[in-house]
Amino acid sequence: MTSLPYATTPTKKLGLVIDLDTCVGCHACAVNCKEWNASGFHAPLPDHDPYGGNPDGVWFNRVHSYELESEGHGCRTVNFPRSCLHCDNPACVTVCPTGASYKRADDGIVLINTDICIGCKLCSWACPYGAREFDEDAGVMKKCTLCIDRIYNTSLPEEDRVPACVSTCPSHARHFGDFNDPESHVSILVSARGSMDLMEELGYRPVNKYLPPQRAKIETHGYEATESSAEGSSSPLLKLLDRILSR
Amino acid sequence: MRPASSVLLLTTLTGFGYGLLAWMGVFEIFGGLPDTRSFGPAATLTALGFASAGLVASTMHLGRPERAWRAFSQWRSSWLAREGLAAAATNLPALGFAISWWISGPDVPLTVALGLCTGVMAMLTIGCTAMIYASLKPIRQWYNAHTLPDYLIYGAFSGILLLTLILGFSHGAVRLAAGIGTVLGVTGLIAKRAYWTYIDSQTPMVTLASALGFSSGLVRPLDLPHFTENFILREMGFRIARRHRTKLRRLVILVAFAIPIACAGLAALGVMPEALSVFAAMSAGMGLFIERWLFFAEATHVAAIYYGRAA
Repeated sequence: MTSLPYATTPTKKLGLVIDLDTCVGCHACAVNCKEWNASGFHAPLPDHDPYGGNPDGVWFNRVHSYELESEGHGCRTVNFPRSCLHCDNPACVTVCPTGASYKRADDGIVLINTDICIGCKLCSWACPYGAREFDEDAGVMKKCTLCIDRIYNTSLPEEDRVPACVSTCPSHARHFGDFNDPESHVSILVSARGSMDLMEELGYRPVNKYLPPQRAKIETHGYEATESSAEGSSSPLLKLLDRILSR
Repeated sequence: MRPASSVLLLTTLTGFGYGLLAWMGVFEIFGGLPDTRSFGPAATLTALGFASAGLVASTMHLGRPERAWRAFSQWRSSWLAREGLAAAATNLPALGFAISWWISGPDVPLTVALGLCTGVMAMLTIGCTAMIYASLKPIRQWYNAHTLPDYLIYGAFSGILLLTLILGFSHGAVRLAAGIGTVLGVTGLIAKRAYWTYIDSQTPMVTLASALGFSSGLVRPLDLPHFTENFILREMGFRIARRHRTKLRRLVILVAFAIPIACAGLAALGVMPEALSVFAAMSAGMGLFIERWLFFAEATHVAAIYYGRAA
């Protein structure tokens, strides 16, 4: 059913918190995601020409790097892993004509039933985050499952029952939990650090949250700031020397 | 957005087919169709042929065409499902209209009622197609108040040109139909120019900063996640050069509208209506295909902004 499960209030709202301050952009989450999912719920995942000149394939996680320049931050690198946000208002679900795309009522995870997907790609057009990737080999759409086959997998040790991207992150930038529980690790992180929804203006109400880069504790400058060795010094003699030496 | 020829064929051909059914309904009520026994069934089957060709073409765009029947189920939420249902449902009154015409003749109330019903269903189907695009929030060139009326206008325009062509060969009110075609051509041209003016003045719905959840600051892409095109970039990051866009827009004005308007206008005045109506319909068919190509090629998707492309 591609109508959203409004009737029931989900007991759980599972998702990720990604700390943009601590993400080092190592792509381990993307690689481990690919490794797990190539043999998991959505297996196999296309991987064409992986070691050649024009590799192409389906990945559920893509790590971008940006340069952020703002007042007080100076200029800094922000690494940004992008994956499905398991939105509360997922248009990717409601546009699906077959019922293949759905949002689970009990934990809010957005999934695809690839057994009935017709591969019309409309869900990928409806997603503003570019989270869904088409499997050309199987002719169906694929996406992040929040590692549904790990988080409920009782054959795994309890500490491993988290998404593959979370378990592998070497800098602990990724956190998994229940946003409906105000005492959960992820809820506390979000309330402590604050976060904005991605593309808030579109109203998809993403569940996954990103913790924004914090203000630098030291004074930093952007590209435009001129180098001045006497910066911060109030001594007129040093300023004069600086002006002479700067000629 | 990448223009997939199967989807371009779908919307162009169904525009002709359902537009023709809509105008058959109107002409059936107000008169102007020839009352020969074969006209109603032949014209209806022609219209359904165009529509079915479009629908069959659209299944080529599916990854799993053999599962296409599943697309009828989610009509409560999905405009694509509604389009499929409306298209299938239109066949019923359309075939009823053809049969009733054949058996009882064009003037009995049942035939008139079925003709009207077919016309309404046909326009509803075009409306559902338009809403598939008009409801996609991430694509600002589609998610606006132009998309729905534009599709209905182009459907009505192509339908009346096809009816003019058919009436030219069957001694119906060809000059009346050509006159309506001229008016709709001018309407379509005005609508298309208004649409272009609108999308050229639009600003993107999101900024790279808001896409990353930052309330302020200047953001520049530094490193891409991958160095070859992926599905997202192929499908959503399609780019068209500005100079090509300008040329194609001129081509649309000429082939989709100016030539059909001139031909239909002359036909309405009684100048070679048979030959000119063929020319008008063929030119409009090619022109509207290019128009539909541009409708996709000029559309940008907000997801492209993560890669630093236009959104």
